[in-house]
Amino acid sequence: MKVHESDARRIFADRGLPVPPSRVATTPDESATAAGEFGGLVVVKALVLAGGRGKAGGVKLADGPEAAREAAEAILGIEIRGERVRRVLVAPAVDIDREIYLGVTIDRERQSAVVMASAAGGIDIEEVAADTPEAIQRIEFDVARGVEAWQARAVGFALGLGGRQVLDFVGILNGLVRAFVECDASLAEVNPLVVSPDGKLWAIDAKLNIDDNALGRRPELEQLRDDAAEEPAEALARAAGISYIKLDGDIGCMVNGAGLAMATMDVVKHYGGEPANFLDVGGGAGAERVSAALSIILDDPNVRAVFVNIFGGITRADDVAQGVLAARESMPRAVPLVVRLMGTNEAEGLRLLADAGIQAERSMDAAARLAVEAVR
Amino acid sequence: MSILLDASARVVVQGITGRQGTFHAQRMAEAGTAVVAGVTPGRAGAAVDGLPGVPVFNTMAEAVSDTGANAACIFVPPPFAADAILEDIAAGLELIVCITEGIPTIDMLRVMPVLRASSSRLIGPNCPGIAVPGANVKVGIMPWEIHAPGRVGVVSRSGTLTYEVVQHLTDSGLGQSAAVGIGGDPIIGTRFTDVLELYEQDDQTDGIVLLGEIGGGDEEQAARFISERVTKPVSAFIAGKTAPPERRMGHAGAIVSGSEGTAAGKETALREAGVCVGDTPREAVDLLAAQLR
Repeated sequence: MKVHESDARRIFADRGLPVPPSRVATTPDESATAAGEFGGLVVVKALVLAGGRGKAGGVKLADGPEAAREAAEAILGIEIRGERVRRVLVAPAVDIDREIYLGVTIDRERQSAVVMASAAGGIDIEEVAADTPEAIQRIEFDVARGVEAWQARAVGFALGLGGRQVLDFVGILNGLVRAFVECDASLAEVNPLVVSPDGKLWAIDAKLNIDDNALGRRPELEQLRDDAAEEPAEALARAAGISYIKLDGDIGCMVNGAGLAMATMDVVKHYGGEPANFLDVGGGAGAERVSAALSIILDDPNVRAVFVNIFGGITRADDVAQGVLAARESMPRAVPLVVRLMGTNEAEGLRLLADAGIQAERSMDAAARLAVEAVR
Repeated sequence: MSILLDASARVVVQGITGRQGTFHAQRMAEAGTAVVAGVTPGRAGAAVDGLPGVPVFNTMAEAVSDTGANAACIFVPPPFAADAILEDIAAGLELIVCITEGIPTIDMLRVMPVLRASSSRLIGPNCPGIAVPGANVKVGIMPWEIHAPGRVGVVSRSGTLTYEVVQHLTDSGLGQSAAVGIGGDPIIGTRFTDVLELYEQDDQTDGIVLLGEIGGGDEEQAARFISERVTKPVSAFIAGKTAPPERRMGHAGAIVSGSEGTAAGKETALREAGVCVGDTPREAVDLLAAQLR
């Protein structure tokens, strides 16, 4: 889950990072008022979860309240990667002498948490990592211990910071590592961390992504979720314990297991169809969840056929069959239903379906072809 | 013997008194696995439905000292599962299979340094486990009846996709030397390269099916390993060709970030390493079958 910059700034500031003050404005007037309070040059930024705000015209400098009003007028209401801008963040602009990248994330290749820092800040760190990996300073660390001060100092010196700045940098790095661990983050990033002409360090941007698996024990972070930035059906599915992502096709897919769910979409496409969604009912799904999944799929008006593809392991075929039958009873509209059912308690599941007049397929390929034919 | 598991495995089921733990402990025992004990803290002495004579202990240390167990299968809920892994490592188990999905990543990052310093082997988390049909033993949740003894090794990041391919292998008469689900999380105990190496050295395995998916770089790493170290034929299927970028596709590890982790990139890397890549799971099996005949 991504959190908004305004929340990430607060979380970072709470851990000692030098974050300039800021206000959230929902109208041009509020933006002007905030600029008046700060005085001087301000930056007005779209508060959206999507990346690439600058390129999309979502970040503007403004000198004084009138300019801040105009900047907010220009930004509010635009769409950035499908996300409507409803709020802007207003903060005093910081004079920039140089920019540094600082981030904490998970290195999957090395199976470790890692601090990454680069003297080339304000840029796409993935590009730097791909093109000039030697330009990135890295500290792999044990999350139970954090980063040692000498490691942080060494990175500070390698970035070309001076004596006093390095002490500040150590505090910033440790604060960011604490934010990462304490928030169960998958990414905690300051890009850029700027050095102002008077030699001070400022975190002028803040990015924080939370591990979805940890939200259950972080209710204070779950509250930061922006429902409006999410597809309503996806939020509904999540509440039911279902993993659902809406796509543009017309064949609804209901599958158990993420890998098989992706493969089902791929196979539908392979046989000339277009999947309407990714859906994993989750391990051990009972009849109730299966039924909820079917109604979420059918709420998408583009769906003209549903392909149920279940290979039971921890999920039981008889539970699935009961869910399919219950859902069919209350289906808001009739569409062709192709069912492929195998695995744990398969015989019982097939019998339940056969008794209700549904002939289930054994082969995923054959079932996918039937689903594709059904929408032709 | 095949890889990771043989008839000498003595398995403790952690979370055996829960619905899933009980159900799958029964299925493991039916397959022929020696399920010697269960552990559920606070439930020592409880009876396990359908498994008379399988004692339940409060701690793994007691289960090991009383039964001589050497393997664990974890069905503990996500907030407590990393702790269960740490308890197993401390108890000195050789093999730990963690089925649990949804463990916070930070918890797994805490486990990793302890695991690396130990001699335990962790499979998963968020995986279906290991099945070795020729030895009549499985530790995990896979449906047993789809398996058949044979000479193809399966290694996969996904549970149900493993079943899909195991079924095709059985239907096509090839069977399996073993099927190993390594798990769909970003931080896992055993990776493609580890299992590929075991299959390469296993004299019961003639060919390998690798089932990958979008996200991370493990398939690319596997491709490098295959070109350098694997002499046996390998075929593969990569799930998620139709997945949109920057979206987590169910598995915590299945996400394309920027240019990293795409299905196309993984397929290219594998093909360049001499792996036959199928457009569907069935095709991956057929491609391997053609090479083995």
